[in-house]
Amino acid sequence: MSFDVAMTLQRGSLRMHYEFTAGPGLTALFGPSGAGKTSLLDAVAGLVRPVEGHIAVAGATLFDRARKIDLKPEKRRCGYVFQDHRLFPHRSVRRNLLYGWRLVRPEERWLSIDITLDLLGIRHLLDRMPATLSGGEAQRVAIGRALLSAPRFLLMDEPLASVDASRREEILSLIERIRDELKLPILYVSHDRGEVERLAQQIVPIEPASATA
Amino acid sequence: MAVEGLSPEEWEVLLLSLKVSSVAIAAIMPVAFALAWILARWRFPGKVLLDAVVHLPLVLPPVVTGWLLLLTFGTNAPVGRFLSETVGLTFLFRWTGAALAAAVMALPLMVRAMRLSLETVDRRLENAARTLGAGPWRTFFSVTLPLATPGIMAGLVLGLARSTGEFGATITFASNIPGETQTLPLAIYSALQLPGSEWQVARLAGLSVLLSVSALALSEWLSRRNGQGKDRHVL
Repeated sequence: MSFDVAMTLQRGSLRMHYEFTAGPGLTALFGPSGAGKTSLLDAVAGLVRPVEGHIAVAGATLFDRARKIDLKPEKRRCGYVFQDHRLFPHRSVRRNLLYGWRLVRPEERWLSIDITLDLLGIRHLLDRMPATLSGGEAQRVAIGRALLSAPRFLLMDEPLASVDASRREEILSLIERIRDELKLPILYVSHDRGEVERLAQQIVPIEPASATA
Repeated sequence: MAVEGLSPEEWEVLLLSLKVSSVAIAAIMPVAFALAWILARWRFPGKVLLDAVVHLPLVLPPVVTGWLLLLTFGTNAPVGRFLSETVGLTFLFRWTGAALAAAVMALPLMVRAMRLSLETVDRRLENAARTLGAGPWRTFFSVTLPLATPGIMAGLVLGLARSTGEFGATITFASNIPGETQTLPLAIYSALQLPGSEWQVARLAGLSVLLSVSALALSEWLSRRNGQGKDRHVL
């Protein structure tokens, strides 16, 4: 089982309950904006603490309220690709890419820098600062930065949101390659049906109705 | 007009001023940063009160601040007595007193600038660093601190300027003793009291302008040479 999630999040006065299990490959969380998809990813990454339940990924328990397990974000080994790329503005592309890579023990790295640069086509961007990148370039660098931190799974939050239409196809096929060649479990958030149907092995609907007052 | 070098007395005033304000800022810097951090990041009851206390030296007449310092750090005051008995640190009529007054007066300006810069650091970038494997300390030093650096520098310069210009609290608390507590502003004030010393006043004032401008230039230079070009040997 790649993802095993059953948990409750407190968002203001709302309690949101999420429950699903998913096999290998790419699992899409599909639903309208505001349904709490990003909160779910944040909880899996350890940035938001559930009030109840458990989260396990690829056989490792990341959070379990009953067993008092709550791994810190830096121990969860997730590659989180944010909707707003979140590249460090004070670091060049090179130093963004190396940020997570440096923090992994060499024997745990499973992807070389060279392969990443070629896979993403970002070799020519190394000396640029994030502010000078286009939306598509920044998103590719953000994906590279996440992959180089040697994650055990990927979280992708609308990775196509800031990408112009002409570059969408490129990133979509890139995500397919990551899914098929790197065989990483991926949780993928989107509200675009076409995108989800093309990429996902499994679709988990996230309804605003899952909120219980 | 021949510009002669500084007289021994002027050198004394200048070096004392530099010593007082640099010691003051070095000592108060960690305190200012900690307060800025607490006010920017923590939520707790009494935060408004803490904020008000930090701002007191900014809104009080400096003479009152000096008087409050006397009440707290004077020879017979509780904190003053404790410090002199335990670590032998006394403030009254000593350059350390001038430094303390300068530090206290600089504190609110430094806290304000640093707090503002910490509040503008995007927390989402810190979260990104955490997911990439950085613990809280590494995140602080590699993301938060570099992004807050311009504000910290601004706070440092404001503090330096405020402390070199400090007059009211210093003369009240540490008095005006040549060679011990007589910093530039106090020396200018003393010179003004003597008839026929206009040239002396002008020279000291010029020195004071020079000092402020160099502090500004230094901070500009520091904020410009922020580390680029590391990591080149890996990629």
